[in-house]
Amino acid sequence: MQFGIFSVGDLTTDPTTGRTPTEQERIKAILTIAQKVEEVGLDVFATGEHHNPPFVPSSPTTMLGYIAAKTERIVLSTATTLITTSDPVKIAEDFAMLQHIADGRVDLTLGRGNTGPVYPWFGQDIRQGIPLALENYALLRRLWTEEFVDWEGQFRTPLQGFQSTPRPLDGVAPFVWHGSIRTPEIAEQAAFYGDGFFANHIFWPASHTAKMVGFYRQRFEHYGHGTAEQAIVGLGGQVFMRKNSQDAVREFRPYFDNAPVYGHGPSLEEFTSQTPLTVGSPQEVIDRTLGFRDYVGDYQRQLFLMDHAGLPLKTVLEQLDLLGEEVVPVLRREFAKNRPATVPDAPTHASLVAAAAAAAAAPDGAPVASPIAVS
Amino acid sequence: MAERTRTIAVVTAGLSQPSSTRMLADRLAQATSARLAEKGIPTEVKIFELRDVALDVMNNMLTGFPSPKLDAVIEAVTGADGLIAVTPIFTTSASGLFKSFFDVIDNRSLTDMPTVIAATAGTARHSLALDYAIRPMFTYLHAVVATTAVFAAAEDWGSGADTVKTLPDRIDRAAGELAALIAASDRSDSVRDPFTIDASFSPTGGFQPSI
Repeated sequence: MQFGIFSVGDLTTDPTTGRTPTEQERIKAILTIAQKVEEVGLDVFATGEHHNPPFVPSSPTTMLGYIAAKTERIVLSTATTLITTSDPVKIAEDFAMLQHIADGRVDLTLGRGNTGPVYPWFGQDIRQGIPLALENYALLRRLWTEEFVDWEGQFRTPLQGFQSTPRPLDGVAPFVWHGSIRTPEIAEQAAFYGDGFFANHIFWPASHTAKMVGFYRQRFEHYGHGTAEQAIVGLGGQVFMRKNSQDAVREFRPYFDNAPVYGHGPSLEEFTSQTPLTVGSPQEVIDRTLGFRDYVGDYQRQLFLMDHAGLPLKTVLEQLDLLGEEVVPVLRREFAKNRPATVPDAPTHASLVAAAAAAAAAPDGAPVASPIAVS
Repeated sequence: MAERTRTIAVVTAGLSQPSSTRMLADRLAQATSARLAEKGIPTEVKIFELRDVALDVMNNMLTGFPSPKLDAVIEAVTGADGLIAVTPIFTTSASGLFKSFFDVIDNRSLTDMPTVIAATAGTARHSLALDYAIRPMFTYLHAVVATTAVFAAAEDWGSGADTVKTLPDRIDRAAGELAALIAASDRSDSVRDPFTIDASFSPTGGFQPSI
């Protein structure tokens, strides 16, 4: 199972000091945090994509390219890449390029984005959000899997004999997750292609996440990619830890109360009880996180939101130390218990290359080891 | 065959205790149940005072999801066979709490809902708010709003602002219209789970992917 963090990339005033970092300070802090992810033994760093302040990451592959050069092991990912408003041709090229630079340590999570004006800024209509996500992804896949593409769709200018460049590393496209908070059509899309489904999880009650993941698993099986338990599931999570639970609550409360997303609304206690947010000791984080399996089943990727709401870099790095030293080793051990051998790991570049080779070697119509690889 | 029990959800945005808005809501609910009973249709009335979930409604606006307490109210209201929605008139329109409740529910979840709208205010000069502000909101939500909307000014609770069509007359008329809509509706049998997908949905956007 993979563990990591996802960053929204908000530039927020620290409510305890009143200080707002500069854009460059914030961007450099994100790059430092990503390197810390590798240092403390986690597996994945994912960045958001936004095109409006107070968010800074408008150009994820630029950031991830830098992080690729500074790290050796972690998977570089996104949370999320805007499949609605970005040109699928540019996504195909940017992420294939990043694959080559990062020696394949790349996957991506597609999302629709939720800021109304971004659609018209990029020449689109938010009411077409789902059709855009479907059509653009259909094209993105073809750009990665076919050398020359003829294309005509509803939203993008047609392509005749277009070849995106560079070609995916080793002829294998990056693994794709489809991210959603509450849209069943996106879970259906992920299931149809046998791709991963990443449930945001942190902005809705667990009961909704359970419903969405259950739906995705059922449809994954329906489309013949494997059994429901073999579907590839990722979850978000959100934690703040100190050795003593009370210290964590005291320190995090002003950040919670003023956070851009949920600030000035429900109390920290209400939000904690209604969403996966956990503020407390490492042991409390371990217990809560292990509980996720109770309602989504054995899953492949757990990403935490730790870097947001104006938390200073020093604090975020301390959080990562706690996560890497005290929490994730226990989670790895406990999640491995009673995990059926038939539940796959999240696909990596190496596993996809191996699966593609196996598929190529297999006689026509023969079943292949991994349902993920052929899609 | 015995008639299926119909549920009537009553949403009232009155703030005081006791509240004339709640009184009007109760009268409408009783009258509607009585009309349906005449047709041999049993009813179950569920009354929701929005004051009880006022903070939850605002938190839902800020966070994007309902608390379990509010979620239970939303489920009950949107899954009912009929709706009686009553608000005080504040500053020429429905109260902000009333509007906010209908703002946070899924905008498809009241489609085809038999509905009576009603309002209270200090004077009859505000009565048109029902038709220029509140009826359009329910029309937008694709509810089926009964022709008669019931407005009760303070004086209606005494001798009556209107001695020809008195408040009880108007309540009875609205209840009759709502009862007919509920009796004819099979809406609660076809309540849509917002997490389901239309049968025509194509996960590829209609394209044949070349896998």
